[in-house]
Amino acid sequence: MENVTVYFFGKKYEVPSNLTIMKAMEHCGYQLLRGCGCRNGFCGACTTIYRIKGETELKVCLACSTQVQDGMYVATLPYFPLVKQVYDIEKIRPTEQIMMQLYPEIYACIGCNACTKSCTQGLNVMQYIAYAQRGEYDKCAEESFDCVMCGCCSSRCPAGISHPQVAMLARRLNGKYIAPNCEHLDQRVEEIANGDFKATLESLMQKPVSELKELYNNREIEK
Amino acid sequence: MYTNPEILASLKKVEATRQERFNNRDNIKRMSAEEKDEILKAYHPDYKEENFENLVVGVNKGDKVPHELADMLQAHSRVKGKKIDLRHPKYDVDVLVIGGGGAGASAAIEAKNAGANVMLVTKLRLGDANSMMAEGGIQAADKPNDSPAIHYLDVMGGGHFANRPELVYKLVTEAPAAIQWLEHLGVEFDKTEDGTMVTTHGGGTSRKRMHACKDYSGAEIMRTLRDEVLNLGIPVVDFTAAIELIKDDEGKAAGAVLMNMETQELLVARAKCVVIATGGAGRMHYQGFPTSNHYGATADGLVLGYRAGAKLLYADTLQYHPTGAAYPEQILGALVTEKVRSLGAQLVNKDGVAYIHPLETRDVNASGIIRECSTRGEGVDTGTGKAVWLDTPMIEMIGGEGTIMKRIPAMYRMFAKYGIDIRKEPILVYPTLHYQNGGLEITPDGMTGVKNLFVAGEAVGGIHGRNRLMGNSLLDIIVFGRNAGVQSAKAAKNTKVGKLTLAHVAAFEKELKEAGIKTDKQSPKLLPNYIGKPLSFDK
Repeated sequence: MENVTVYFFGKKYEVPSNLTIMKAMEHCGYQLLRGCGCRNGFCGACTTIYRIKGETELKVCLACSTQVQDGMYVATLPYFPLVKQVYDIEKIRPTEQIMMQLYPEIYACIGCNACTKSCTQGLNVMQYIAYAQRGEYDKCAEESFDCVMCGCCSSRCPAGISHPQVAMLARRLNGKYIAPNCEHLDQRVEEIANGDFKATLESLMQKPVSELKELYNNREIEK
Repeated sequence: MYTNPEILASLKKVEATRQERFNNRDNIKRMSAEEKDEILKAYHPDYKEENFENLVVGVNKGDKVPHELADMLQAHSRVKGKKIDLRHPKYDVDVLVIGGGGAGASAAIEAKNAGANVMLVTKLRLGDANSMMAEGGIQAADKPNDSPAIHYLDVMGGGHFANRPELVYKLVTEAPAAIQWLEHLGVEFDKTEDGTMVTTHGGGTSRKRMHACKDYSGAEIMRTLRDEVLNLGIPVVDFTAAIELIKDDEGKAAGAVLMNMETQELLVARAKCVVIATGGAGRMHYQGFPTSNHYGATADGLVLGYRAGAKLLYADTLQYHPTGAAYPEQILGALVTEKVRSLGAQLVNKDGVAYIHPLETRDVNASGIIRECSTRGEGVDTGTGKAVWLDTPMIEMIGGEGTIMKRIPAMYRMFAKYGIDIRKEPILVYPTLHYQNGGLEITPDGMTGVKNLFVAGEAVGGIHGRNRLMGNSLLDIIVFGRNAGVQSAKAAKNTKVGKLTLAHVAAFEKELKEAGIKTDKQSPKLLPNYIGKPLSFDK
């Protein structure tokens, strides 16, 4: 395997070219504590900023799922101080005012698009903030759904917006108040509370394993 | 991108048989009970006796566990030789929740709602947990053609009838309420325009009861629970591990010794009740398997509980998820959600044959892949090992163009980063260590044999018997997490904490010595060590 040259916090290392940034750091002797989570692109712990030697563009990625490149200058961003407003989900409603009250800074967005350019998930962050500004929480929820809340967008925002927290609020508002209610779920919860299934279940629980096996092996499977 | 000639040659065969496999997709036979028994005994890692040993100390003395777990259960305490001032606790609470995943967060929320003074400690960040990585979905029997009784039978059969019936009863009867609770918190489940849940099969289910939030199901649930914990003002002490439980002079659980992961400072937390919600053990790499698990999944709770006298149940059974990524090397072991098979992708061998029903239970399908890749010689050589194909393009043939982006965007993204478009090309998979089926034994109130010591989530044993079905883990963290919160808050009301002690730790050390155990290991493990070997263990 050929080696490439990378720089962790400015310090030079030679590492096999097939490693991810995270594994390359471990290869070089880093015992990770911060900046390492699910190791598979879901948790946003390993946000990383890098620049390739000779280029001007600053790039972002998740260290767990990005391969090293020659001349990569790497700085991890294991924590970013996002603003998380506290609210009572039972009391708030999906009105335009609620965003205005909790995250008024979103209206100071200057449209520079730095958030979108810095998204480690490739989301259209500026667009979901625009939806939030207009109180279109269903659209904001959909557009932001794949967010891992790494905070990279906020680190680049001149208006000081905490985009992941804005999106979090929008998704909860959408899930609780806007998405259509599920009637079959409500009905089943009520039936169980009535004790409708109790007798059947209790009789199943008392059956010997041989009889349960018979039932299981011959059960009808929905196509 | 596939470049290796052997992989490309096999890929051609998969493409050549696709249309025919598609036409015959409803005719793939399911295995009989006897065939399943046979394949498990011959190929499942749980049956490889040489990888297990019998414990020689503690309440499960004589019971079989994997070598790697025995090493931790029978290691020295991290408080050994340390001066711990139990008289001046840094924290004093009603309920101490150890673990910041879905079970811990649910327990903390419900304990708080029940009026308890609750605190949550976690060795990494709140939400750094396997819960966050659960992709496929959460089961609940809430459709008209389904019932908790049908769900019950699926769970028992999937677990080989070793499950604790009273725990399964709780799991299935409280499942719809768990979904409703999450919805009321704002979790966004996939629904049709009239509010009907979009549900699919999982391996071993007899009804389509898998609810999902695209393929970010766990992430969507976890981030919502985290948000709620913060909204409720529950104190979260992060980057702080529990390294030993503290008891009182009556033998009740009464707190924990905590360690700041960054400064190594030791702190004492006194509590009327303790909830262990520390999750799984994939990072123990049992039998040298790669894992789909979170960085912190090191069986800590099992070690803490065991030293305090709580009993383990089925600690010898692990779940190997059949479809861990086997290529490219950078994502070896990463989870490829079962939902890929729920949506119609078939498991196909080197010669393009769909050799098994894709929705057999996980243990059977894992065994099937190991069989293709070993004795049958039908595995594809990836350069780092053998693998079989998971034929993802079939998803779009069945569900229509766009199904992949709509239902499994995370899977698309994971492979697209390495130049593989799963809409057009199949992917290579091999089993990965995924779930700890066993754990600490509890009664339906969530308590272990140690008074006031509760457990919830993956650290519990008995709910899933010897094999868990897809979608029942996200379910159990909510049902049993909430339960542990409610029950611990209730127990705390009637609890007076006596004098704090670590005598049980000293007694355990004595037992180790008397059993002739010589070890330089300390436990719990807390984090794996990949320094210098990122290509071996973390494959």
